[in-house]
Amino acid sequence: MIEIQALTKYYGDRKAVGPMSFSIEKGEIVGLLGLNGAGKTTTLRILACDLLPSSGSVRVDGLDVVDHPDDVRARVGYLPDHPPLYDEMTVAEYLLFAAKIRGLTGAEARKRVDEVTSATALRGVRDDVISTLSHGYRQRVGIAQAIVHKPQLLVLDEPISGLDPVQIVEMRELVRNLRHEHTTLISSHFLSEISETCDRLLVLRNGEIVASGTEEELSTRLLEGGSIVITVRGDGGQAKRLLTSIKDVRSVEILDGGAGRTGTTTLRVDAERDIREDACRTLVLADIGILELTRSERELESIFLTLARPEGRADNGARA
Amino acid sequence: MRNALLIAGRELRSYLRSPLGWIVASAMLLLDGLLFQVGAMGGAKLSAQVLADFFYYVSGITMVGAIALSMRLIAHEREKGTLVLINTAPIRDSEIIGGKFIALFTFIVGVTVLTAYMPALIFVNGKVSVGHILVGYAGIILLGASAIAVGLFASAFARTQVIAAVLGAAILGVMLLLWMAAKVADPPVSSFILALALHHERQRAFMNGILRLDNVVYYVAITYFFLLAAIKTMEARRWR
Repeated sequence: MIEIQALTKYYGDRKAVGPMSFSIEKGEIVGLLGLNGAGKTTTLRILACDLLPSSGSVRVDGLDVVDHPDDVRARVGYLPDHPPLYDEMTVAEYLLFAAKIRGLTGAEARKRVDEVTSATALRGVRDDVISTLSHGYRQRVGIAQAIVHKPQLLVLDEPISGLDPVQIVEMRELVRNLRHEHTTLISSHFLSEISETCDRLLVLRNGEIVASGTEEELSTRLLEGGSIVITVRGDGGQAKRLLTSIKDVRSVEILDGGAGRTGTTTLRVDAERDIREDACRTLVLADIGILELTRSERELESIFLTLARPEGRADNGARA
Repeated sequence: MRNALLIAGRELRSYLRSPLGWIVASAMLLLDGLLFQVGAMGGAKLSAQVLADFFYYVSGITMVGAIALSMRLIAHEREKGTLVLINTAPIRDSEIIGGKFIALFTFIVGVTVLTAYMPALIFVNGKVSVGHILVGYAGIILLGASAIAVGLFASAFARTQVIAAVLGAAILGVMLLLWMAAKVADPPVSSFILALALHHERQRAFMNGILRLDNVVYYVAITYFFLLAAIKTMEARRWR
């Protein structure tokens, strides 16, 4: 669906992107991950034909963005980081306008507006003026305009940014539901935001892709050891001793201050290798009930920082 | 053309839904009315002179109104982030610029037409030809189209509305004052510079009811030139 070869983009003398090469198959949901200024937005704007590349080849559905920009635009739905909304219009008027400038005729456009307002849960506000909508609804209208012409490729620039936790869950669900009809490329600077939604991640640093793969692949490749969080029954004292005794474990920390009213304890284990199997075996043999075992959120952050932080930037300098 | 009309329709509706459109239209009509009153009641004059003075005032107000509204056409959308919606739609830059021009031109023509009762009042106590009125309005509308095109180019070029307004006003100002530069130049350069001046000689003929093809061609050429410059500016921005 997307084939990018040796793409570069310069703003004056400053290189924003490149050299960059990657491809995305039809039906994939791919996350483009990077810190601010890594080149995510520039890459997405080139795919949406809002910007033209300085050099290299960018093809969408086999069509070059420089040679056939209008054909590419007809195949792409783009949501920029700030939804491009006309505040004085109602939701329905705006979506009708967006549909028509993407080439849909009057009847088709009205039908699609009905469909996308249902798909994005906007029916209740379709006659509301956009300036009166909350941030979450504005983001939904942004998605609705991006899919109103049934594009083959959906390009979403930080669609989850600024949403509250409930809206984030709803937005993830919405994006997942769109996978049947669209190939999707989503950018974010939060790994945890998009790792659950995407099939594959591309990590950008200084305009170049420094890693690609699933979250599991990236963590296996990059982290020598691993950090896991285990919830066990009891006060956690025995569990901590047993876990500390496992080979290659660096530290074990009780997170919730020991068993409280729930009778459970949560521990974080840092190790030089993946010790999930050993930890389970050791605890089960000691007859300690394991309620939950997950990779640490801190590990996700660590993967991302390892990949995305520009070289030479201090450890405490960047936050994902 | 369909896309240009879609953009024009949305733009025109935005004038009518925002205070800006109403404020500019009201201010233009108020000033037109006041200046007509001053011109018509300012002592004994020939009816044709009253009419010529009226067109003189309206031409200035139309230029100011055109610059005031055209500064927002592209720069405002760029500032608000909405330009990306039409920039990433399968429509050409010429359709975007064409649509924006049609919208503001329609608005300016509408406001200008609303002043028609003023020259009609001259018939109460005077006598002017309908042809004089029509030619005078043709001059206003052609001048308005040129001012909109200049403003549209400035709006496509500038990052913000304020810079667009300053740039548009500066270009118009220079074009208006070229007749002064012509005075200090020697022939044939002076004739060439005078021929480029936007208002001085060109509008005088229209104001006096004289329709000359070279004046019409001049305004159409100026409009075309700046619209083309605006289109090329939009195209160039995608490479930046």
